[in-house]
Amino acid sequence: MAAITNSIFKPETAARFDHLASIYPMKRSALIPMLLYAQDEIGYVSDAVVAEIAERLDLLELDVRNVLSYYSMLRTKPAGKYNVQVCTNISCMITGGYDILDHCKKKLGIGHKGVTPDGLFSLEEVECIGACCWAPAMQVNYDFHENLTTVKVDQILEDYAAGRGKDVK
Amino acid sequence: MPVLVSHPDEVKIISKRFGQGAADIDKYIELDGYKAVQKCIEQGPEWIIAEMKASGLRGRGGAGFPTGMKWSFIPKESAKPKYILVNGDESEPGTCKDHVIFLHDPHSVIEGTTIAGLATGAKMGFIYLRGEYRYLLKIVEKAVADAYAKGFLGKNIFGKEGVDFEIITQTGAGAYEVGEESALMESLEGKRGVPRIKPPFPAIVGLYGGPTVINNAETIASVPAIINYGGEAYAKVGSERNGGTRLFGISGMVEKPGIYELPMGYNLKKAIYEVAGGIKGGRALKAVVPGGSSCPVLLPDEIDVGLDFDQMAKAGTMLGSGGIVVLDETVSIVEFALRTIKFYQHESCGWCIPCREGTDWLKKTLTRFYDGGGNKKDIANIQYLAENMMGRTFCPLGDAAAMPTLGFIKKFRHEFEAYLEGHRTEKHFITTDELIGAGH
Ligand SMILES: Cc1cc2nc3c(=O)[nH]c(=O)nc-3n(C[C@H](O)[C@H](O)[C@H](O)COP(=O)(O)O)c2cc1C
Ligand code: FES
Repeated sequence: MAAITNSIFKPETAARFDHLASIYPMKRSALIPMLLYAQDEIGYVSDAVVAEIAERLDLLELDVRNVLSYYSMLRTKPAGKYNVQVCTNISCMITGGYDILDHCKKKLGIGHKGVTPDGLFSLEEVECIGACCWAPAMQVNYDFHENLTTVKVDQILEDYAAGRGKDVK
Repeated sequence: MPVLVSHPDEVKIISKRFGQGAADIDKYIELDGYKAVQKCIEQGPEWIIAEMKASGLRGRGGAGFPTGMKWSFIPKESAKPKYILVNGDESEPGTCKDHVIFLHDPHSVIEGTTIAGLATGAKMGFIYLRGEYRYLLKIVEKAVADAYAKGFLGKNIFGKEGVDFEIITQTGAGAYEVGEESALMESLEGKRGVPRIKPPFPAIVGLYGGPTVINNAETIASVPAIINYGGEAYAKVGSERNGGTRLFGISGMVEKPGIYELPMGYNLKKAIYEVAGGIKGGRALKAVVPGGSSCPVLLPDEIDVGLDFDQMAKAGTMLGSGGIVVLDETVSIVEFALRTIKFYQHESCGWCIPCREGTDWLKKTLTRFYDGGGNKKDIANIQYLAENMMGRTFCPLGDAAAMPTLGFIKKFRHEFEAYLEGHRTEKHFITTDELIGAGH
């Protein structure tokens, strides 16, 4: 790997990527974590992200795009600052997951994969997020919110809008 | 934060540290942590594998393969490095047990992985968590760093010359198929999660071409507990050929949903009516999906059965991932079947035709049916499609889609027929306009 001199990432992310590329028996193993961490910083996997990660891992951009298109959490367009992901899979569906989704649609004025005009929120209907025993559940970015009611959702969205929401990266 | 629940019938062997702050390494040590691994260093590989065999532990990822036997398949001599791969992809709908382990007892996974390494001669282990579990990944990462700092991981662990073990944590990025063991290895190698052909099996040619043990996170977390408890004693807690306990996740329409650690073979009806407090609001039970969404549904008169791999197979279904989903009388089976298939269609990796096309046609037919455009032939077609997927796909994802579908058609044919005659629930949950032609 040629040393990356003009990384598009913050210095700490770039250092993390240097480290990731060195720990596995095979460098390419760092690809999926890198794409996700890059997305966390940039907001989506841009062309520049693809180019730099390909260079870091000695891959073709095509190899990177191939992988990128497979994983549902990776996106090539910006989402909202807070990406609201409502689970409607079986345990959530039968305990009101679709009511939660509909409520979010109305409240945010957007549909599945939509982004609010101010870029603050986006919305997604997602598959099981591993919180079935605390259904209905959703994630806002990486944070879980469980045993939801529409009243609880209003509070959660207000907290995020006011910058008070949890946001673990 | 997931709510912890408790019931007197629970036998807390792997959940004994839940809720006690054992993500902290000192607390974990105080609660008997890292004792088992030191004993294993003393006793050596043959002893460990004998204990695991005696315990009767069977894989908690879904298939129930005996863990001791799996470990014994790893060749003693290998030109390529051997690896332990912990499967924390946990994506089968209805399943959230590994979630609680990573949250409350991450060191048990680290200790179990190290023991698996000692048993097989592997010097490196990977703990792979689904991408959505970022907050859990951070907990596991911290636990791994703390274990390194104490000399429990790295070179000469526990001060034993020549005993080395490294652990690397890994995140996925959203893909159910990556939970399938060979697709998991592909993903860890930085590729699309497409399954590999078997043979060769991972025990011979696995990760980076080396012999690899792949175990579910709960399987691995059970290992130190078994060593401390004693293999034979652990086996006795469970039922015949099904050693020990397991974390059952009871979700859906019950009064007290949650993760309960019950002995293998525990009665399903009791689990629902006593442990989980019965059906919510005192309504009538309609059906139970007993081990994650891929398991054929059981009717209310079929649930007087023991929760172990063999008894569930005899009842025509599977113990699977231990995720029990309880449906009350208000659930529409047509809708439930469509939601189940929508998932498998979305998650099919597209590699083999019977799965890619089969799940797509099932989804399309069920969607039209659900929208009111169905006819009698559709029911036969759904059955025909599912029957023709069974056993004909490259990996078991196709079966995972076909099996529940066949169960719904077989046991609720009358409801599908009545649906055609207009007997439908008033409320439609699923927005089908987003389903038709929707890609990802
Ligand atoms: C489509 C598919 C998805 C799977 N998902 C998971 C999963 O999320 N977690 C898991 O442990 N096993 C999963 N499995 C089972 C694994 O292939 C494998 O059998 C298991 O990890 C072995 O560990 P065990 O012997 O400890 O159960 C899946 C299998 C298939 C076919
Ligand atoms: S079904 Fe919604 S979290 Fe599992």
